[in-house]
Amino acid sequence: MAERKHTLSVLVENTPGALARIAGLFSGRGFNIDSLCVAETLDPTLSHLTLVTYGDDQIIEQILKQLRRLVDVYKVVDVTEEGEFVEREMALIKVRAEKETRAEVLRMCDIFRCKVVDVSPRTYTIEVTGPQSKLEAVIELLKPIGIKEIVRTGVIAMKRERKSP
Amino acid sequence: MGKTMTGAQIIVESLKREGVEVIFGYPGGAVIDIYDELYKTPEIKHVLVRHEQGAAHAADGFARSTGKVGVCLVTSGPGATNTVTGIATAYMDSIPVVILTGQVPTKLIGNDAFQEVDITGITRPCTKHNFLVKRTEDLPRILKAAFHIARTGRPGPVLVDLPKDVQQGKAEFHWPEEIRLRSYNPVYDPHPRQVERAYRLLESATRPVILVGGGVISSGAHEEVRELAEGLHLPVTRTLMGLGGFPGTHPQSLGMLGMHGTYYANMAVANSDLILAVGARFDDRVTGKVDAFAPMAKIIHIDIDPTSIQKNVRVDVPIVGDCKRALEKLLQIVTEVARPEKIWKEQFKEWWEQIEIWKKRYPLSYKQEGETIKPQYVIEKLYELTKGKAIISTEVGQNQMWTAQYYKFDQPRTLITSGGLGTMGFGFPAAIGAQMGNPDKLVIDVAGDGSIQMNIQEMATAMDQGLPIKIIILNNGYLGMVRQWQELFYERRYSAVKFQVIPDFVKLAEAYGALGLRATKVDEVEPVLKQALESKRLTLVDIHIAPEEGVFPMVPAGRATTEMILV
Repeated sequence: MAERKHTLSVLVENTPGALARIAGLFSGRGFNIDSLCVAETLDPTLSHLTLVTYGDDQIIEQILKQLRRLVDVYKVVDVTEEGEFVEREMALIKVRAEKETRAEVLRMCDIFRCKVVDVSPRTYTIEVTGPQSKLEAVIELLKPIGIKEIVRTGVIAMKRERKSP
Repeated sequence: MGKTMTGAQIIVESLKREGVEVIFGYPGGAVIDIYDELYKTPEIKHVLVRHEQGAAHAADGFARSTGKVGVCLVTSGPGATNTVTGIATAYMDSIPVVILTGQVPTKLIGNDAFQEVDITGITRPCTKHNFLVKRTEDLPRILKAAFHIARTGRPGPVLVDLPKDVQQGKAEFHWPEEIRLRSYNPVYDPHPRQVERAYRLLESATRPVILVGGGVISSGAHEEVRELAEGLHLPVTRTLMGLGGFPGTHPQSLGMLGMHGTYYANMAVANSDLILAVGARFDDRVTGKVDAFAPMAKIIHIDIDPTSIQKNVRVDVPIVGDCKRALEKLLQIVTEVARPEKIWKEQFKEWWEQIEIWKKRYPLSYKQEGETIKPQYVIEKLYELTKGKAIISTEVGQNQMWTAQYYKFDQPRTLITSGGLGTMGFGFPAAIGAQMGNPDKLVIDVAGDGSIQMNIQEMATAMDQGLPIKIIILNNGYLGMVRQWQELFYERRYSAVKFQVIPDFVKLAEAYGALGLRATKVDEVEPVLKQALESKRLTLVDIHIAPEEGVFPMVPAGRATTEMILV
């Protein structure tokens, strides 16, 4: 069976240990985590967690069931299976910007609609937001110029609403 | 307005409200306040063990034999860590246990204080759920939730960690009569359409088998299994955890399946065209090599835990729900359709003929020759003398498998054994729990000379409580199951399986004030067992058995279940 990437949206009780339970479930059962993003929701008693994992259909089914079995887990949705969805990730990239490359970095920012959020004589720190594919593209193009440091948030996702009423 | 109480008072009051009659435990600095309250609470019997692992197993044995939640109380740090094997044992076999652990005061948590350990962290992967209580006023709600989670859905152990200041703090006592947890809603009622599909598969099957697992026992579905099997003329096999879920003496019983299952159970499953699995999870000891497991069979799988379904084998009709309710629904359809019994009988006639051939070809067998005692003979005698009515606990290894094969287990909750985790040292403390929960029943621990030594200190506990448990040691001077593997698969290189020193078990029993008996020749077995069964106090019987007797049939690990070594 083919392995596929799945983005899961998980609502959990906002209690200490809930995140450890989920992380422990993945490590204990040998499941993969590509990225994990956690924050409070409108309801402060619930946390929202976006988790990117991969595996064949049987593994993904086990992951979903195992997550739902946790007493603290309120709801699990496999966003990948729910039709179209919006996916976003943000990265902060500190890139070397010397005399000869400063202009080039700025041009790239312009093309990808990135923001420069910090400037020093030898670096720019840029903020890039978008689907993972866009982040990968920016990173690939900046690599030859020299990336000094990079921090990524991991993916968040949301199901798209139907366009017709 | 609730009454203002200390945390310790609230804990004990909550236990009373939950109907707790007995606690297995061991005191220490971090639970001394709770013990002070227990001192004033004669309604709750406290069984003081000799090692906290014993307390956890005893609570487990109490739960397995009674169906009620077992409770265990220990102090922080080492007290808590000593229960971990017991917790994992209960977790693997889905046994409802509540473990109360003391903890250092909340403001010291994380400081590496004396006897501090992160027990909720340690037990997260081996509990169904656990709690660290931070405020005294949360105690009733959390304790109520702990018992609720332990006993509902797929049962399991729940640990509640109780910091000392939470026990000493004061709060108003409000007992929640109802509990609703928005994130925890086990599904009990099966999907009607799935049950209909299951029925239709049964109608079209020619070689069906019912596979009974531990879920039948925890949901109390044994009557329904029997009704279905008898009404439709279906053969029934049982997993280790399912023994007692269908009578072993029933003419339709195929005995246990799997690694040490009967030839005919494994052959029937391997050649079946339909398996109705009820509360079983297709553990590797049952399936053998998964790819070769029942290749022609469609599988109907009833289980309350969706994660068990489709985990190890592909399932054609998944039915998520309580085993008892699902079988009730299935029986309802059987009644409505009212297919004449003789049609069912006719439909499976050839199948039964085949099964009878397998049964005749290789029945369970052993050779009792000369004076040397065969362990199988001991278990058969035990069955005969107790008329199959005892509660039998076992340790783990050969003693466990011989018991599973030769003590037929007609009633649910009569076999107390560590199936999933395979915990040596489980049987005896579990027997203590079982005897506490069933004071009028005969409770017997079948042990090996290896595993009995893992929790033998609990003999003192049994003496304290005046429990007339019978310990039957099948003494072969070896760690027999490992020796058997070394004999079969490691060219008899007996590495670390023979103790140089084995205590004189009879003297040891006497040292504890118990009755010690011994049999070394075959004609001594029956009189010694009789004497033990008549004894009114703790009795240990040391039976010297054939040192290199093996457990057969045997499916080598990782092989297809049809590749049995029969001997």
